[in-house]
Amino acid sequence: MTAAVFFGCAFVAFGPALALYIFTIATEPLRIIFLIIGKSSEGLKSINPGEKAPSMRLLAYVSGLGFGIMSGVFSFVNTLSDSLGPGTVGIHGDPPQFFLNSAFMTLVIILLHMFWGIVFFDGCEKKKWYTLLVVLLTHLLVSALTFISPYSGLNLVLAYIILVLTGIWAFFVSGGSCQSLKLCLLCQDKDSLLFNQRSR
Amino acid sequence: MPEDRCGAGTFGGRVMLTFMASDSEEEVCDERTSLMSAESPMPRSCQEGRQGLENGEGAAQWRGQESEEDHEEDPDRYVCSGVPGRPPGLEEELTLKYGAKHVIMLFVPVTLCMIVVVATIKSVRFYTEKNGQLIYTPFTEDTSSVGQRFLNSVLNTLIMISVIVIMTIFLVVLYKYRCYKFIHGWLIMSSLMLLFLFTYIYLGEVLKTYNVAMDYPTLFLTVWNFGAVGMVCIHWKGPLVLQQAYLIMISALMALVFIKYLPEWSAWVILGAISVYDLVAVLCPKGPLRMLVETAQERNEPIFPALIYSSAMVWTVGMAKLDPSSQGALQLPYDPEMEDSCDSLGEPSYPEVFAPPLPGYPGEELEEEEERGVKLGLGDFIFYSVLVGKAAATGSGDWNTTLACFVAILIGLCLTLLLLAVFKKALPALPISITFGLIFYFSTDNLVRPFMDTLASHQLYI
Repeated sequence: MTAAVFFGCAFVAFGPALALYIFTIATEPLRIIFLIIGKSSEGLKSINPGEKAPSMRLLAYVSGLGFGIMSGVFSFVNTLSDSLGPGTVGIHGDPPQFFLNSAFMTLVIILLHMFWGIVFFDGCEKKKWYTLLVVLLTHLLVSALTFISPYSGLNLVLAYIILVLTGIWAFFVSGGSCQSLKLCLLCQDKDSLLFNQRSR
Repeated sequence: MPEDRCGAGTFGGRVMLTFMASDSEEEVCDERTSLMSAESPMPRSCQEGRQGLENGEGAAQWRGQESEEDHEEDPDRYVCSGVPGRPPGLEEELTLKYGAKHVIMLFVPVTLCMIVVVATIKSVRFYTEKNGQLIYTPFTEDTSSVGQRFLNSVLNTLIMISVIVIMTIFLVVLYKYRCYKFIHGWLIMSSLMLLFLFTYIYLGEVLKTYNVAMDYPTLFLTVWNFGAVGMVCIHWKGPLVLQQAYLIMISALMALVFIKYLPEWSAWVILGAISVYDLVAVLCPKGPLRMLVETAQERNEPIFPALIYSSAMVWTVGMAKLDPSSQGALQLPYDPEMEDSCDSLGEPSYPEVFAPPLPGYPGEELEEEEERGVKLGLGDFIFYSVLVGKAAATGSGDWNTTLACFVAILIGLCLTLLLLAVFKKALPALPISITFGLIFYFSTDNLVRPFMDTLASHQLYI
């Protein structure tokens, strides 16, 4: 199989996660490390005196993304490396879009993990136990879809619908609102945007 | 014929390699497996406390005594609190900040080295073919029974570790009796071999793999330039980034040699034994590596810059010029005009001389913020890469195992660096990483891999 398949599928599956990592995490490595080892430094305290929740959101995002990347990598990297070798896909009647389906499925799993992380942490913080249950059940649902249903197209569509819903939920949970979304999209309130970013 | 040339090259290579291995053992032994931060100046009372510590009391005992007295306080506090008058929270925060910075500064080169090794193993067939063994692992593993194979690997390990121990002690003795010229000559011989011979073999194999033709004059020019610049950068002066790049490359080359010539089971047992030896050699009061580090600190000299990867280099404005005669043959090879490390926090990083300033050194000024790098021995790079490379080389060509080992080593390195920020003395870098690496390798290879293979082949996602 060609190099085009390899690179295409690799970027489809890991591109967004890598972009998120490069633009949000790699630029602030110290802050992330501090969060992970659990010590809020003087610097963080000065930004948000006495408020733990924003840094917890950042930790939720980072850990969700980390889990997602590991899960995606472990499920897809062997398939990717096989795509560089010789072979014909679907020679025995399997769907010939095996690689592309796998790549999109990996992408949706990575992003879902990230959103689940945010929602889960919030649920633990605010002691909303039904949130945890819903996260668990959606995860089971998405996995069970891949197990049970042989139609990969249907799996993908359902998984992406769940992704959009979970994404909206995570957006509202982490403090976003329709107002802030509108301001962000219209690039109207620059100060507000920066303030939101920093306190995240 | 290509086979003959390959055979002759390999045979010659093996003979040379055994000779080389003796050098490389030496090279691998000294300072290879200890990880130390460039020393921060500590107040006198604290250093006396440390002397008391080194007089045979275990660190655990000392901590026990301290914690009895002030058990409410943060256990980090038993470490010298630095400049008196600093608030304790700030001190702890600075400790953690330096630890975190060092984590980042070392992740990149370790990752690069491992990437080079794994990329080579996966593409160049030469390094996974069995073509004999080193003279230090004479027992073969092609035996009929599992027990015999295990016994042979244990014996191989015993021989290898004894060779390493003897070489280390020999080196420490040489260093103690100030035979600098001998050590210097030995180091130059080893790096000559690495930079020229191993590079030549490596380049030859890579060209063969990709079926690229290269004529001898071009090859000679390339290898000569590469090797000569490498010798200059490593043993004399050069840009920091170039020196770091060369150190990474020679570590990768050495790791590839180990991966090729160590038989499978012996490699795993050797990795385990070497981390135990590292722990003992660096932490025990009479351990050779600890004595080496302490002697170097007493004499206010850097330890074999050719064998340590240093992540940053800073120099001071107010420092008196170092007396060259006091340095001996191991003259500091760094030019004070070299740029210092990039400071992502935007603090004023006062440039400082690389040698640790003792309190009371004439002309020294204590800066407020000491911007120092962290040093990691090349042997640590080598053994990390051997672990990951072996994981990539064995049998199934599975990437999950390789990635799991890679993550394990980075986690171990992170923990070791945080411990370093807390303890502020030379620490062994191998034990935690190699332990995690071995655990992750065996569990991933035997438990996770079959499971993930089945999942991936049916497009099942969990």
